[in-house]
Amino acid sequence: MTQNAEHVLDHFELFRGPEYQQMLANKKALFENPQDPAEVERIREWAKTPEYREKNFAREALTVNPAKACQPLGAVFVAVGFEGTLPFVHGSQGCVAYYRSHLSRHFKEPSSCVSSSMTEDAAVFGGLNNMIDGLANTYNMYKPKMIAVSTTCMAEVIGDDLNAFIKTAKEKGSVPAEYDVPFAHTPAFVGSHVTGYDNALKGILEHFWDGKAGTAPKLERKENAKINFIGGFDGYTVGNIREIKRIFELMGIEYTILADNSDVFDTPTDGEFRMYDGGTTLEDAANAIHAKATISMQQYCTEKTLPFIENHGHEVAAFNHPVGVSATDEFLMTLSRITGKPIAKALEQERGRLVDAMADSSAHIHGKKFAIYGDPDLCYGLAAFLLELGAEPTHVLSTNGNKAWAEKMEALFASSPFGKNCHAYPGKDLWHMRSLLFTEPVDFLIGNTYGKYLERDTGTPLIRIGFPVFDRHHHHRYPVWGYQGGMNVLVKILDKIFDEIDKNTNVPAKTDYSFDIIR
Amino acid sequence: MSLATTQSVAEIKARNKQLIDEVLKVYPEKTAKRRAKHLNVHEAGKSDCGVKSNLKSIPGVMTIRGCAYAGSKGVVWGPIKDMIHISHGPVGCGQYSWAARRNYYIGTTGIDTFVTMQFTSDFQEKDIVFGGDKKLAKIIDEIQELFPLNHGITIQSECPIGLIGDDIEAVSKVKSKEYDGKTIVPVRCEGFRGVSQSLGHHIANDAVRDWIFDKISPEAKPAFESTPYDVAIIGDYNIGGDAWSSRILLEEMGLRVIAQWSGDGSLAELEATPKAKLNVLHCYRSMNYISRHMEEKFGIPWCEYNFFGPSKIAESLRKIASFFDDKIKEGAERVIAKYQPLMDAVIAKYRPRLEGKTVMLFVGGLRPRHVIGAYEDLGMEVVGTGYEFGHNDDYQRTAQHYVKDGTLIYDDVTGYEFERFVEKIQPDLVGSGIKEKYVFQKMGVPFRQMHSWDYSGPYHGYDGFAIFARDMDMAINSPIWKKTKAPWKDAPRPSLMAAE
Repeated sequence: MTQNAEHVLDHFELFRGPEYQQMLANKKALFENPQDPAEVERIREWAKTPEYREKNFAREALTVNPAKACQPLGAVFVAVGFEGTLPFVHGSQGCVAYYRSHLSRHFKEPSSCVSSSMTEDAAVFGGLNNMIDGLANTYNMYKPKMIAVSTTCMAEVIGDDLNAFIKTAKEKGSVPAEYDVPFAHTPAFVGSHVTGYDNALKGILEHFWDGKAGTAPKLERKENAKINFIGGFDGYTVGNIREIKRIFELMGIEYTILADNSDVFDTPTDGEFRMYDGGTTLEDAANAIHAKATISMQQYCTEKTLPFIENHGHEVAAFNHPVGVSATDEFLMTLSRITGKPIAKALEQERGRLVDAMADSSAHIHGKKFAIYGDPDLCYGLAAFLLELGAEPTHVLSTNGNKAWAEKMEALFASSPFGKNCHAYPGKDLWHMRSLLFTEPVDFLIGNTYGKYLERDTGTPLIRIGFPVFDRHHHHRYPVWGYQGGMNVLVKILDKIFDEIDKNTNVPAKTDYSFDIIR
Repeated sequence: MSLATTQSVAEIKARNKQLIDEVLKVYPEKTAKRRAKHLNVHEAGKSDCGVKSNLKSIPGVMTIRGCAYAGSKGVVWGPIKDMIHISHGPVGCGQYSWAARRNYYIGTTGIDTFVTMQFTSDFQEKDIVFGGDKKLAKIIDEIQELFPLNHGITIQSECPIGLIGDDIEAVSKVKSKEYDGKTIVPVRCEGFRGVSQSLGHHIANDAVRDWIFDKISPEAKPAFESTPYDVAIIGDYNIGGDAWSSRILLEEMGLRVIAQWSGDGSLAELEATPKAKLNVLHCYRSMNYISRHMEEKFGIPWCEYNFFGPSKIAESLRKIASFFDDKIKEGAERVIAKYQPLMDAVIAKYRPRLEGKTVMLFVGGLRPRHVIGAYEDLGMEVVGTGYEFGHNDDYQRTAQHYVKDGTLIYDDVTGYEFERFVEKIQPDLVGSGIKEKYVFQKMGVPFRQMHSWDYSGPYHGYDGFAIFARDMDMAINSPIWKKTKAPWKDAPRPSLMAAE
């Protein structure tokens, strides 16, 4: 018996004890019908070969370890960014349990969302009654200022019409006629969570700007000096949105953050549970139509929302998750051009500090090869930053990236001598990435938590940037946007590089001649 | 100091009843009427807890429940390690359930073992319009080519599959034939079926019956020689290694575990189970169906056991031993005696820090009752409990063996009810899931995830109890809970109830 009360062993150590090791070996030998170890070894080696890679890339139907989630997750992410708003997902309740868990696991925060709990009878007769009862219950229990409705694949397959359902529910008195119930159809079999973000945000703006589903006159635009800012689906929303607000304030720009969920995913522990916290006020959401311009930080998160906004008369500009010096420069210059406000002195200093840090450290990054995966905009932003550091973003893979994204990536690679042997892989998954890492190895991998399996199998050190990050805490509190965000990303990359150097030089009397204390 | 320790049972009952009345007031009338059936106060001597269960959740309330897919893929089938489980339908369900339950296993992942991987047919619009059967057939071919050492495949249906009328059974049969009788199991666990994940467990059990047991050839050569002491562990998902810290006890008492269901399980173990002399069942809710089936069809008796905390472990070891001869009965006593010093040491260390502390639970499966004994071993008291997806027989077991007079019972609790119950009762600890964790921590209430053990574990068995005790102590006695209120603020903790 290895367990003891004074030094409690948990799973990390407990099962390494001889009695457990013996037990597991017996289990395997006698009862598991294990594969021949030689055969396991042969297939393991084969799966590293160019031949396997070819077969792997020839896959047409199977997806293995995708780096994307489904639309409604993005819709829930948007909805909680509005003041007092409860997301309401029309469909099977299990989906909502999944979205809430997924968001909670990343942010280490509560995630509130309700479902219309559709079951077999709704599959046959449609979910109208679920909508009628559901809206009434949500309204009475949780007293939201707004209920933002989206769908699951179930509701979409049976063809439930949200516009008609919500109208009927209002007629039946579920919620008052003038109560705000914006909606978006977000089928899980189209696009990804990024598409859901786009659809839901457009749905909410459409509601406020285009006459609240026929219950109010359409708004008429009267231009003011404000700038609308849209962050897009972003695992760093807490740190990033706050950083962007700081930048706006430094420059004296009046702004509206559309879907500001930075507070609801970062509530204090002080004895009170806040189901709603912060968020874009409904008034601001409506008044956003009068803004001078709208800036989207992620092009692929706003492919429908931006044209919708543009059609309502003001300038729009999209970025691709800007990280680093040039991308932030471009963001700030666009801000300055649109608003006529000069770029703040303090930001100029921050820029200089980031350049300083990069000059101090880029020798350790220069020429290193990286693989990156994640959402299309994030991949672009990180790849651009790596090029700026003299690194080679060799494999850039996005399960929810499309051909147009790949072309844009290739153009980015072509713009830099460091992009020479770099390639973009749209629509591929992490099992494809595994083949890439075996056949064309790189020095580092950047991606979300799921990359740890690739790190284990291929030995490529993982730098965790993306969504979700479940197995490291609090990264979402630090921005990756702006010069200060660039600094955070730089430090994250450098820390991993130095950790690896130390790991490779820590054998006493053998490799530790380079175990330096100054780097 | 919790309220429960300062009041008489009669006072507690009155308070709990009043509390139920208060939460019901917020609902529309129809909803209040329906929810009222799920909330009650346990009366000692009653055969159940006085609540209705396994009924549809109400639209628009924040239910904690999942779906049939979660019950089948996420719980029962997912941990079978040498089979590939296809999440058939859109990408989300597979993504959200990917490696989330910590079903530990040993194997070379991606080569002969596949638990922490996400295989999906990633349905697109055209698959909805034209059907996904052809794609599924192709997926199976691609799996065979890229993962040749898999021992079998299951198809876990997501919502659209049933709605668009795909014939996954036909595809399974054709492909099984094409690959020399390979085990390919279609599972109709679409998320809209039933009222919770519970139906998914049942559907998954039925799929084992129909597509594994019914296909075993009676002439098949046994993989091993039987002994009179062969048992199978049923309903342990090896979360944080639970099934291992359980298995070791059964083996130490002289039994031979020929199969684990389904944590760290393999297809060969599923197939071997009908040779067991006794099925020992931990999670009654998720796997009573297949245990009953094996009893009827193969004449294998089954017995429930509870490996949380030394009192229940000893009771269970003796109960399991009672199915066998003196050698095993002596073995059970030997095991109990062997671990007694460890248990004494654990309790001596932790009980003084936990004595008198109160707990409220809300979990799935067996835990809302099974862990009560472990808390009592530490001198703690469970003052409220309820099941995510329990049935009437779960509440009967709870009433007859576990809860005390006056315990607050809440079936399929809504977020709203749970928050208000906790706020009013002020337990020293809440045990529930990830969706509840941060809500209660914000309120300053210590919390442990009792689905995933908060990434700790194992909690089962004697080795697991040491970890359980340590974890409850670290949750309740963490210095951080003294700091939730800023020192310059001495207003009482705000109560949402009072504010309304």
